[in-house]
Amino acid sequence: MSIFRIPRFEWSMAAAVWLRNLTVYKKTYKLNILPNFFEPVFFLLSMGFGVGAYIKNVDGQSYLAYIAPGLLASQAMMGATYEVTYNCFVKMNFGRIYDAIMATPVNVEEVALGEILWSVTRGILYAWIFFVVLVPFGAVPTATALLALPASVLVAAMFATIGLTFTALCPSIEMYSYYFTIFVSPMFLFSGIFFPLSKMPPWVQGLARVSPLYHAVELCRGLFLGAWGWALLGHLGVVLGVTAVCFLLAVNLIRRKLVH
Amino acid sequence: MTDEIAIRGTNVVKRYKEFTAVAAISFDVRRGECFGFLGPNGAGKTSTMKMIYGAVGVTEGSLTVLGRDVGSDLREIKRRLGVVPQEDNLDTEISVVENLVVFARYFGIAGAEARRRADELLRFFQLDEKRDQKVEWLSGGMKRRLLTARALVGRPDLVILDEPTVGLDPAARHLLWEKLRQLRREGATLVLTTHYMDEAERLCDRLVVMDKGKIITEGTPADLVRDKVGKEVLELTVPEGGQDELVRALGAEQIERLPDMVLCYTDDGEGTLHRVRASGAPLESARLRRATLEDVFLRLTGRRLGD
Repeated sequence: MSIFRIPRFEWSMAAAVWLRNLTVYKKTYKLNILPNFFEPVFFLLSMGFGVGAYIKNVDGQSYLAYIAPGLLASQAMMGATYEVTYNCFVKMNFGRIYDAIMATPVNVEEVALGEILWSVTRGILYAWIFFVVLVPFGAVPTATALLALPASVLVAAMFATIGLTFTALCPSIEMYSYYFTIFVSPMFLFSGIFFPLSKMPPWVQGLARVSPLYHAVELCRGLFLGAWGWALLGHLGVVLGVTAVCFLLAVNLIRRKLVH
Repeated sequence: MTDEIAIRGTNVVKRYKEFTAVAAISFDVRRGECFGFLGPNGAGKTSTMKMIYGAVGVTEGSLTVLGRDVGSDLREIKRRLGVVPQEDNLDTEISVVENLVVFARYFGIAGAEARRRADELLRFFQLDEKRDQKVEWLSGGMKRRLLTARALVGRPDLVILDEPTVGLDPAARHLLWEKLRQLRREGATLVLTTHYMDEAERLCDRLVVMDKGKIITEGTPADLVRDKVGKEVLELTVPEGGQDELVRALGAEQIERLPDMVLCYTDDGEGTLHRVRASGAPLESARLRRATLEDVFLRLTGRRLGD
């Protein structure tokens, strides 16, 4: 068996895995969906109005409007990340659900793809609900901001594939606290969501540029402002590139883990 | 390869790093029969099942299932296969009926047809009253029946059952056996592993006995017992230190010495017992019983199945 392969899929099989997750989610969505709504509202209220009372203007915008696109990107990240970390780990290692699925016509590649598509779905829910919340706050300045909606799908896909790669390598569920404290939290704080990176020391700026979230934030912000240019295209390219690489990594690592 | 053969293994080997779980076994499973792999834990039965449904790869040799090679044609095989694994891997986040409906989708069956099949299977396995309950509230026997029902949702040509009744109480076992025999009558091909000799005797048309990764014998349960053991078994216990004398008294009879008793294989138990009593050899108790597959295993390996 070769170590690395370009995966082949039957989409209907991945869809069946996706639908399994939808069946589970439908039972609890009323409970699950409210936090998706409240958390970003609290963020906007405290940061936007609290910090915004002292900072009147960032790069020509109100503080609330400044942080809005970055928070949108981070919502897509969080929604996708929760799903491919703890939830996938439990399904893979404790419930042995994937073993059961792989004894059917569904192959391991489609299990991985189905999980990625499902976590993207969760990321979309987080991000799009947040977008709706932004409208009454007056934080959606232009019609082109609507393009941040499809962009948030790509952002969710990027973090779904990154997270699933980690899950395929993760030996125990305790390791996720490292994933969140060493990777996710610093990214959230230092990816230009809350302040422009140009004010940071050069080494922090350097670090931020390797953060996948930084490119996601800049992509969404560029779309919010309608700031077309090569820079925007560059950020889009990073998001797509990281997604493609991590997708191949995740699928191959999951196969290595589940098929002996 | 004819259509009569459901599974053909030729010198199949499974190695995990240094450990050889299956050491070059060859076997044929015919269409429409119930075929058993009997052997103690660790004999290589589960590894063989996992190779058949592709959960693990074949290290060496060739394995064809329903006329297709497991290495190159696994998806087509899996479309026509139902698998009841040894470990309960039911989906605990969804209800009993949803376990079947969700599983049907993996076989490309959706909507009303999936629900119809699910209801039909729940009735057949006497689970319809538990239809909307959570899986974790089911008893061990019900979980096993649901696992079996789930394996049938794709209308498989071949059903793999790995230790189908392990851990069940007698009533639950009998109910499951009844259902499996019914499936068998309806023409399903069943392949099962077990370390219970009574299960193998009740269900299997033919079986192989496995030990330490190898097939040590094969045949129908009745033929195996008759050829390897004989009709009857005398279980004789003697006072401490009296075994040698008893064995001398038994003379040329086929015997097996265990720490706590001597087993004597014979076609005429009454006559042998009469002879032992007449010889004056020490005897604490004697029990005459029918020979079983357990005795076949003991004859061939010197160990009991449960050891």
